[in-house]
Amino acid sequence: MKYVDEFRDGALAKNIAANIAREVDPHRSYHLMEFCGGHTHAISRYGIADLLPANVRMIHGPGCPVCVLPAGRVENAIQLAQTPGLILCCYGDLLRVPAADGMSLLKAKARGADVRMVYSSADAVKIAQENPERQVVFFAIGFETTTPPTAVAIRQAQALDLKNFSVFCNHVLTPSAISHILQSPEIRQLGVLALDGFIGPAHVSTVIGSRPCEYFAEEFQKPVVIAGFEPLDVMQAILMLVRQLNEGRAEVENEFSRAVTRDGNVKAQMLVAEVFELRRVFEWRGLGPVPYSALRIKLQYASYDAELRFQIPPLSIADNKACECGAILRGVKHPRDCKLFGTVCTPDNPIGSCMVSSEGACAAHYSYGRFREAA
Amino acid sequence: MSTIKQNYTRPLDFKHGRVDMTHGSGGRAMAQLIDELFVVAFDNEFLRQMNDQARFPVVSGRMVMSTDSHVVSPLFFPGGDIGCLSVHGTINDVAMSGARPLYLSAGFILEEGFPLADLKRIVESMARAARDAGVPIVTGDTKVVEQGKGDGVFITTTGIGVVPEGVNISGERARPGDKILVSGMLGDHGVAVMSLRENLTFHTSIESDTAALHGLVAAMVAAVPDIHVLRDPTRGGLATTLNEIARQSAVGMMLHEVKLPIREQVKAACEFLGLDPLYVANEGKLAAICAPEDAERLLQAMRAHPLGSDAAIVGEVIEDPHHFVQMETAFGGRRVVDWLTGEQLPRIC
Repeated sequence: MKYVDEFRDGALAKNIAANIAREVDPHRSYHLMEFCGGHTHAISRYGIADLLPANVRMIHGPGCPVCVLPAGRVENAIQLAQTPGLILCCYGDLLRVPAADGMSLLKAKARGADVRMVYSSADAVKIAQENPERQVVFFAIGFETTTPPTAVAIRQAQALDLKNFSVFCNHVLTPSAISHILQSPEIRQLGVLALDGFIGPAHVSTVIGSRPCEYFAEEFQKPVVIAGFEPLDVMQAILMLVRQLNEGRAEVENEFSRAVTRDGNVKAQMLVAEVFELRRVFEWRGLGPVPYSALRIKLQYASYDAELRFQIPPLSIADNKACECGAILRGVKHPRDCKLFGTVCTPDNPIGSCMVSSEGACAAHYSYGRFREAA
Repeated sequence: MSTIKQNYTRPLDFKHGRVDMTHGSGGRAMAQLIDELFVVAFDNEFLRQMNDQARFPVVSGRMVMSTDSHVVSPLFFPGGDIGCLSVHGTINDVAMSGARPLYLSAGFILEEGFPLADLKRIVESMARAARDAGVPIVTGDTKVVEQGKGDGVFITTTGIGVVPEGVNISGERARPGDKILVSGMLGDHGVAVMSLRENLTFHTSIESDTAALHGLVAAMVAAVPDIHVLRDPTRGGLATTLNEIARQSAVGMMLHEVKLPIREQVKAACEFLGLDPLYVANEGKLAAICAPEDAERLLQAMRAHPLGSDAAIVGEVIEDPHHFVQMETAFGGRRVVDWLTGEQLPRIC
């Protein structure tokens, strides 16, 4: 495939791997966190760990939108979906996320709820147009990449004067989550988690630009390299991070310059600002309540806000006690450290959210990398 | 005074007519549907006997039998339809034992209101597929369910075949050191069906690969009688098929990504749909496992057949107590190629 295969070239990968191996300082280790689930997936799927020296360790971050959605919000959606006559539209991965008592949207669907998988927010608007007598709710999740399309859907619904369309908004913000991790006691005081640098977000950065990452580099003295989701992007970013660390630099570098600018997509940002505003606080699975880390629908678009229309109550549901998703999402633990991993918790029967999406650290490790533990 | 035509039945309206409940009731309407559609299309000596069962002589040797239900949506897709798919699917399941398929049965569950024109098109496609394959449909059944309780038409076919002397092809016979071959381009069927799904329509030149593979299998068995395993990677794709075999044979497998035959268009479609071609269904491909010294001969026999022209050796069987199917990625790393989780494409066959 033109324009894609170039970024998956095995020979080039070997070159970069050789450079990394040559340049790493054998007397130290490099703990690098990839924030995005897309990077986690690429690292697992292409077997990047096999190409890295033993002292370069990748730590999976919380950037998987399905994983960080707290069980309470999933439970809200399940209850909503059971409203007679209501159609709930959501992205595919969400269907299998477990909430209370092992219930999921997929199981609710099997019990008669009308839950429909859509590929885009526009499909949800179309379903609302085709079913004027029924309430249609779009269960919106995701980071800055999926937020503009939700804003477009709301604007479109307004333009079409759709009375039966609303959005259950769960959009979250990447920079707040990174700050939260960097400020966590595990990093700041206890030294539980060694974290030397970040592979910065890919698609998210196409929207918000590289500028927001500058704060992390300056304030926390952690180098950030923004990188695309292709495996060569990831390899190159690792090499760039190794170089920054060797030279004692903490800067934002942009490996993904083919798509990311410093300012990002201003038009998309303005659209988001037009429709959404900051929530004071939002609960993340694994991270707990994170201040100013999510968006809600502005008052002027309140008629499209499912939270208001259906008076969705705040719900907090504790994760399974043995589930380590929280620690895994903060990078403190590896999937193999969890007692449930690969035993009771598998992609076919996920207990924690990290086992659901292929971008989740546990699912990626289970599906692609578990031969390493077996060896 | 006009004469009443004795025994006159107005012919079925295959242009505008629709299936109704009487077509499954066992009465005259059902008999008419059978006479005017199924018997005409499938015509053979067994059906012509008009019994509730087909009678045929027993052949000596080991017989195999397989059954497959087809619920594909949409019913018509680029390169085929539920009709030919239901014939090919069962012929292939029978053929994967190395058997020569002999007879098929067909059971139809029709939804009230289904256009007779579509039914005719499907039945004629089945008849063509059966005729081309040389495997007659010798018995059948039709039921009608109320509107809303089916999805147009579901078809179940059962096949019987006979395994030649000396052939022992079975899922538990993969041995460490064996080579893994595939007969051609992977993922065509799944992508062709996906391209028509209601919320996803995209334009592609990819057609379903639906085909009867018993001819290819016969050529392969002639070249290498001791093929260890044959299986057609339908639902769940090659990844799922190899995982099944690895478990059955208690072995591991190592694939080489660079050797997998996959069309650029299929790769591209999978890329933007977020699918992995290894999990996408095929309906006219097979995976074969044989001893390493037989692999080259088997490959040549496959490539000499029109349905195996893109055949390739894609990996080998290894020892592994965990029965993992692994892959050396084109990128230079290694990964597990796991069982399919959940469903990748709903209702593809």
